[in-house]
Amino acid sequence: MLKLIGQRLALGLLTLLAASVLIFAGTEVLPGDLASAILQNSATPENLAEIRKELGLERPAAVRYVEWLGGVVRGDFGHSLTNKRDVIDELAPRLKNTVFLAAYAALIAVPLAVILGLLAAIWQGGVYDRSINVFTLMTISVPEYFLGYLLIKYIAVELGWFPSLANVSPQTPLGDRIFLTFLPMLNLVLVVVAHMMRLTRASVLAIMASPYIEMAILKGLPKWRIVVQHAFPNALAPVINVIALNLAYLIVGVVIVENVFTYPGLGTLMVDRVSKHDVPMVQACGLIFAATFILLNMIADIGAIMSNPRLRHPR
Amino acid sequence: MTELEYWTQQITQGRIGRRDFMGRAAALGVGTALASTLLAQAGMADEPQKGGTLRLGMAGGSTTDSLDVTTYTDSVALQVGFSLMNSLIENGADNKPVAKLAESWEAKPGAAEWVFNLRKGVTFHNGKTLDADDVVYSLNLHRGESKSGAAGPMKSITDIKKIDANQIQVTLSSGDADLPYVMSDYHLLIVPNGFKDWAKPIGTGAFMLEAWDPGVRAVVKHNPNFWMQGRGNLDAVETTVINDTNARMNALVTGQVDVIHRVDKKTIGLLKKAPNLEIVQAPGGWHTILSMFTDTPPFDNADVRLALKYGIDREKVLQALFAGYGSVGNDHPIPRGDPFYNSELPQTKYDPDKAAFHMKKAAGTAPIVLSASDAAFGGAVDMATLFQATAAKAGVNIVVKKEPADGFWNNVWLKAPFVTSYWAGRPAATQMLGVAYKGGADWNDTHWNRPEFDKLLADARAELDESKRKAYIWEMQKELHENGGALIPVFSDWVDAHSNKVGGHTPHNGFDMDNGLVAEKAWLKA
Repeated sequence: MLKLIGQRLALGLLTLLAASVLIFAGTEVLPGDLASAILQNSATPENLAEIRKELGLERPAAVRYVEWLGGVVRGDFGHSLTNKRDVIDELAPRLKNTVFLAAYAALIAVPLAVILGLLAAIWQGGVYDRSINVFTLMTISVPEYFLGYLLIKYIAVELGWFPSLANVSPQTPLGDRIFLTFLPMLNLVLVVVAHMMRLTRASVLAIMASPYIEMAILKGLPKWRIVVQHAFPNALAPVINVIALNLAYLIVGVVIVENVFTYPGLGTLMVDRVSKHDVPMVQACGLIFAATFILLNMIADIGAIMSNPRLRHPR
Repeated sequence: MTELEYWTQQITQGRIGRRDFMGRAAALGVGTALASTLLAQAGMADEPQKGGTLRLGMAGGSTTDSLDVTTYTDSVALQVGFSLMNSLIENGADNKPVAKLAESWEAKPGAAEWVFNLRKGVTFHNGKTLDADDVVYSLNLHRGESKSGAAGPMKSITDIKKIDANQIQVTLSSGDADLPYVMSDYHLLIVPNGFKDWAKPIGTGAFMLEAWDPGVRAVVKHNPNFWMQGRGNLDAVETTVINDTNARMNALVTGQVDVIHRVDKKTIGLLKKAPNLEIVQAPGGWHTILSMFTDTPPFDNADVRLALKYGIDREKVLQALFAGYGSVGNDHPIPRGDPFYNSELPQTKYDPDKAAFHMKKAAGTAPIVLSASDAAFGGAVDMATLFQATAAKAGVNIVVKKEPADGFWNNVWLKAPFVTSYWAGRPAATQMLGVAYKGGADWNDTHWNRPEFDKLLADARAELDESKRKAYIWEMQKELHENGGALIPVFSDWVDAHSNKVGGHTPHNGFDMDNGLVAEKAWLKA
């Protein structure tokens, strides 16, 4: 068991290293350079050269990669090229916001999706099953920003229940924070619930066809007990995987929702810096996103193994 | 200036109160109604009230913004900068230079030597009294090897020196009667001598910095020692960066902010319907441009340039892209609101016959490639496509080449011979003509190198007599209109909106948000 976790960890680190190379190469091939991106059309050859010199952009890419990686290992992501602030200092509050919103949405979405999925499996083919399927399919098919604008139009503008602007600051108390981020949270929940709910339902139903379930039915157990006690634990592995994927999405894929609700998260920061060619910041964001994916997938793998006695006790 | 105009100016600058003004007006035989109208025009409809927190929702902010005055490129940093610090001169409501930290100024004949008299008794946020050393230091931040956005306009300055504690002398390499406008630039803000801590700028402005989170928000608090009467009435100003247009409009509609700018012109009708919201609209110098290199075939042929100028339907562009919030351009960069706007030039209109005639005369048949990108301005590609369609009717074959937004200013602008671009306008006509149409200028995006033109420009700059200047500037506009490589289809208006409890936020030709001075000028109705 421990050996297995160790293996997964080592593999994860290797993947992360590969990702760091890709991220670095990706930021290098962007057209244009930082200096001209900063100055836009107020660039003159003189002030361009001035800025390039100041930022050390003339040195070769390989040298800068090795230096950067060395720093990252020591926990130093360097300084932002655009405003010279420490990358970690600038990133931390944003990461906190992103994780807060992701956790807020996940706390509601995951139990909701699993319960809705189990209910759909219990009442398979019924009115509830069909209507929840249609509804979640709708919310997942509509582009997320459109969903966001609909929420703003009806809940913020017409009903006035929740604000359309999630402008939190580090000083915002928790209660206000929950209130201010309600609409973006709802938007994210609507986007991720469908996937998890449908997969819960599908994997439970797949198990429902197995002989031991037939046995349980013949024994005369009520349907809900069969689903919750016998089918669901065996359907956990795929469900855990899809939950992990959706959690990763909640952290790395929410830039559009951040934009619609003006939420200061990591996605907006990264997009901002990509357009400004702020290489250290983009790399740090990219690395965090890659690490999130790798970590969550690793946890899902381990979780799936734990949920399966045959894998838990290999011969 | 008549006496009434004089008093109107006095009140707008806060030197006299509303009651004083009414009294003076009555003494001049002006009725209360007319006097009120005059005040309304001057943006002084009501008496400013003290207190309250104004919430601004602004685009043009980025996580890379800094409050370092040399780095300002967009609205948010500029607006926050203006709330903390002051310039020597303000570009006034009527687009005329108005005294700010400089109390008065004077040019020697030829306009190459200037003396600025500084206001006495002004203190910085840290208690230091403003003197000539501070001003010399602050202006020098933008000279020489500086990366400042104001380095260009400052280039003609050869020397800035202190005469005494309250007087400085500025020497130029050649005369420039519009130097006061240069001094109103948003980069040229005054900080104490030797000041470097741009994380928390110290200025003489109406507000002091409370919180600054780049690309997210800024909070400034009232400066109790602010020197200017009638300005700086608010307790605090909170700026929230809202780059998404819909989010910005919604924030105003739901009352989460009091003022926004860059109103979406396509959905402005929705704002107009709301009873508690008001639109603040000003005709500005911001213009779209299709710039042709006048030294590169086929654009070196004047007939090709004319064919293109007649081949675009300016009215349609204005309606389709700007919902009519602007005015059609006449292929020179001077806006209608400018005192030196040439009002006697015939307006070039869409005329397929004339376009076809000039194209035939040029004997050009090869397709003309127009490099377009929305990085130039939102809607640039649509404009290019519209142009392509109207020009095709005249037999002028335009191919729209879509360029990637990333790297547009570096790889396409000033490199491709025919591109979509924009100019934000300059406070003075000679500045705009100098920055983009002077032979050899860095940003001469039409490769317009005409010695006669440059001479007219130099003469206009060195001339202090208004009527003579006007003749020169009119001539330059005529030359560009008839011959130049700039196809300027439309000028766009600045469109802000605010809740009706906001007072003192007035239209300004220079830029939106009251030329960036909204924090200092606005106040809240109780």
